[in-house]
Amino acid sequence: MSQAIAFLPPRAAVLSRRAAIIADLSDLLPAECLVHDPRELVPFETDAFVSYRRLPLAVALPNNTAEVSAVLRYCHRHGIPVVPRGAGTSLSGGAIPQEDAVVIGLSRMARVLEIDTANRTATVQAGVTNLAISERAGAEGFFYAPDPSSQLACTIGGNIGMNSGGAHCLKYGVTTNNLLGVKLVLVDGTVVELGGKHLDAGGYDLLGLVCGSEGQLGIVSEATVRLIAKPEGAQPVLFGFDTSEEAGACVADIIASGIIPVAIEFMDKPAIEICEAFAKAGYPLDVGALLIVEVEGSEPEMEAMLKSIVAIARKHGVKTVRECQSATEAALIWKGRKSAFGATGRIADYICMDGTVPLGQLSYVLKRTGEIVAGFGLRVANVFHAGDGNMHPLILFNANDPDEARKAEEAGNEILKLCVDAGGCLTGEHGVGIEKRDLMRHQYTDAELRQQMRVREAFDADWLLNPSKVFPLEGQPMRDTTAA
Amino acid sequence: MILLPETEAEAAAMIRDAAAKNTRLALGGNGTRAGFGNAFLADAILRSTQLSGIVDYDPAEMVMSAQAGTPLAAIEAALAQNRQMLAFEPMDHRPVMGTQGEPTIGGVFAANVAGPRRFVSGAARDSLLGLRFVNGEGEVLRAGGRVMKNVTGLDLVKLLAGSHGTLGFITEVTFRVLPVPQTAATVVLSDLEDAEAAQAMAAAMALSVEVSGSAHLPPSVKTRFLAGGLPGYAATALRIEGPAEAVSLRAERLVAALEDYGPVTRLGAQETATLWREIRDVHPYADSTTRPLWRVSVAPSAGHQLVAALRLEAGIDTFYDWQGGLVWMRMEAEPEGELLRRAIRATGGGHATLLRASAQARATTSAFEPEAPALAALSARVKAMLDPANIFSPGKMGGF
Repeated sequence: MSQAIAFLPPRAAVLSRRAAIIADLSDLLPAECLVHDPRELVPFETDAFVSYRRLPLAVALPNNTAEVSAVLRYCHRHGIPVVPRGAGTSLSGGAIPQEDAVVIGLSRMARVLEIDTANRTATVQAGVTNLAISERAGAEGFFYAPDPSSQLACTIGGNIGMNSGGAHCLKYGVTTNNLLGVKLVLVDGTVVELGGKHLDAGGYDLLGLVCGSEGQLGIVSEATVRLIAKPEGAQPVLFGFDTSEEAGACVADIIASGIIPVAIEFMDKPAIEICEAFAKAGYPLDVGALLIVEVEGSEPEMEAMLKSIVAIARKHGVKTVRECQSATEAALIWKGRKSAFGATGRIADYICMDGTVPLGQLSYVLKRTGEIVAGFGLRVANVFHAGDGNMHPLILFNANDPDEARKAEEAGNEILKLCVDAGGCLTGEHGVGIEKRDLMRHQYTDAELRQQMRVREAFDADWLLNPSKVFPLEGQPMRDTTAA
Repeated sequence: MILLPETEAEAAAMIRDAAAKNTRLALGGNGTRAGFGNAFLADAILRSTQLSGIVDYDPAEMVMSAQAGTPLAAIEAALAQNRQMLAFEPMDHRPVMGTQGEPTIGGVFAANVAGPRRFVSGAARDSLLGLRFVNGEGEVLRAGGRVMKNVTGLDLVKLLAGSHGTLGFITEVTFRVLPVPQTAATVVLSDLEDAEAAQAMAAAMALSVEVSGSAHLPPSVKTRFLAGGLPGYAATALRIEGPAEAVSLRAERLVAALEDYGPVTRLGAQETATLWREIRDVHPYADSTTRPLWRVSVAPSAGHQLVAALRLEAGIDTFYDWQGGLVWMRMEAEPEGELLRRAIRATGGGHATLLRASAQARATTSAFEPEAPALAALSARVKAMLDPANIFSPGKMGGF
């Protein structure tokens, strides 16, 4: 796919009423909660998928669920598309607006409403950051497990929209496994409660359906999530190998042995160099691939588990094993890993892929990824969650060179097709957004996409919620709305 | 009429035919959970039992695919050979529901079954990675995949799990499995009142000892477990699983933290396995009766409050799993659905599912928790999108 990703054509009937819409919205929201000056709209024109940008019609920043509901009800009544936005850290363009859309940003709804230790739950407004939950629960000895790399900035509402993962999902699961309930504002402004502090759904698992629905089924305004008692101790250990193949085989062997560490992270040589230069984490620079394996528990438990893991690593020719000696060292190791994308951004433009493959295919997919990117004359750095097969090749390019940008996109698409063909999927945790939308046909049949779109229509018959995302435009029933 | 397709394509053809003729189908496996849900009328039963066999199993990847009609026993045997298991510990409903036959893996996921480990490891839906199913128009569709992390499109996997055969005919499931813990132990606190037990169970979960089972067995049921072998008049059981050394260390820490609550006993691996199987299968209420049996899911700290409130108004017998959040409740006479559901709302919310009752009582009590009007309308629209002709078990999950 060499042409730019298309958006739905803006609804002329909406654009022509811009001034009236803004006037109406200003009746629904306090003045400080409505952004419509074109200069002030610029920060909302894109997210972390910066290659694409569109100015929205206006941005609503509601203070509470009632205001979210009022704005949605208004937009629904007048056929105005709505793009939900958390912190704007989406790597797939999930929060990129369009010219005829009102962005509903949840950034002002950032209160932790309750930490309930007896029931091990946190109830928060959707704009609370992922890390803030663990910080607030930490004083009581608990934490919230999913930890996307952007956790300092990204919001729980966005995490629910994308069913975000992170490094520690191997043991604790992704957002959907840690989400107990939401307050969901439907497209017509109706507020419904799904789940709560109890487990399982009383009827259909609509909570499971909403999680990962990329803002197309409604807007989550509050969430109740599961807290877990903090482990007694945790220790990341570095394992350096000569080759990526050895490291990949070691990962498969660790899992096959029945050991499930909290995290197994993989970096290849380019990624090690980029991250070390940025974070000074003490990564060995004389190796071809690095695993960060984290174990947790009491000292004797960690020691026993590490002993088994080291024995497996030795079978695969591990060159360096480095245990950290202090909490500071451990924090540095994770800082290096979690700033991989940012550190890469300092040396080049990049696009980050997010395909997931069965563990047995890791080595093959890594090798082919290198070949594909080299075939386009570009460079790649690999840094990813190896324990669950969720790969993140970073394709480096120069955004000022249109030819390179096109090649990077093409290489990315080929890599994602490779992941699907290897028995995996297009996206493990970043979401489809606009980025992978046009590849959906590679993973799903038309009948499968049609079924998903019909379920979507049960929530949003008029396709107003985040409409240009996830589903290829030519298959969308509402694509020709310019005449509306 | 019973329809027994031997291939997925045959099942799809049967469903297309049924949709064309408006034939209502009851979907199922061997019917060991056929009593679930509201009574409804069907013209034919469509069973998955001929779609049987493990399709793919790579122990090193901890993933298995199996046809929906594969007996659960065959799945568990194959897993056991590799010292692996289903993390969600599926309950066997036959003893309480008085049914016969082999539960199928498709039925386990269609009913989103779980057991004691659910409150830390998730239900069937959390282990389900992907499935193949036939929708109400007879289209064969896939949802999810074979990998643990997958956010590609809408998560129809979660929707189908727990839909009790009302949204699609599941033909194949792909799920994650876990290693069997090397050993297990149970710490039993004796003689706690329900409210004290709730406190002790919450205190246990605040420790970093990874409790994987947390149940409170009041005096009326306690003697029904381990053939009466549990000490004291009430038992609060906390399970720990893992490598032998870790289990022993964590049990010690647990005992040290909780011994002020009451007398402490420790059970070894074998008694632990028996006890938690009995808790899983709701042993005290496997009584060959049709006395109403409720499965109530509430916040852990609300379970005992709910029970205390109800005791004043109805004859009930109860015990608690999931740190108190799962209340198994047997009514001595009528189901008292309205009373129970009002009490649940008053203690912070949750839901009650009627698993068993006389035919007469079932006809007048909604088996699943009635949803708020906006939610019920939404669920009905979702059902219509998967089963437009409303031929899959119509009425089983509500007024749709």
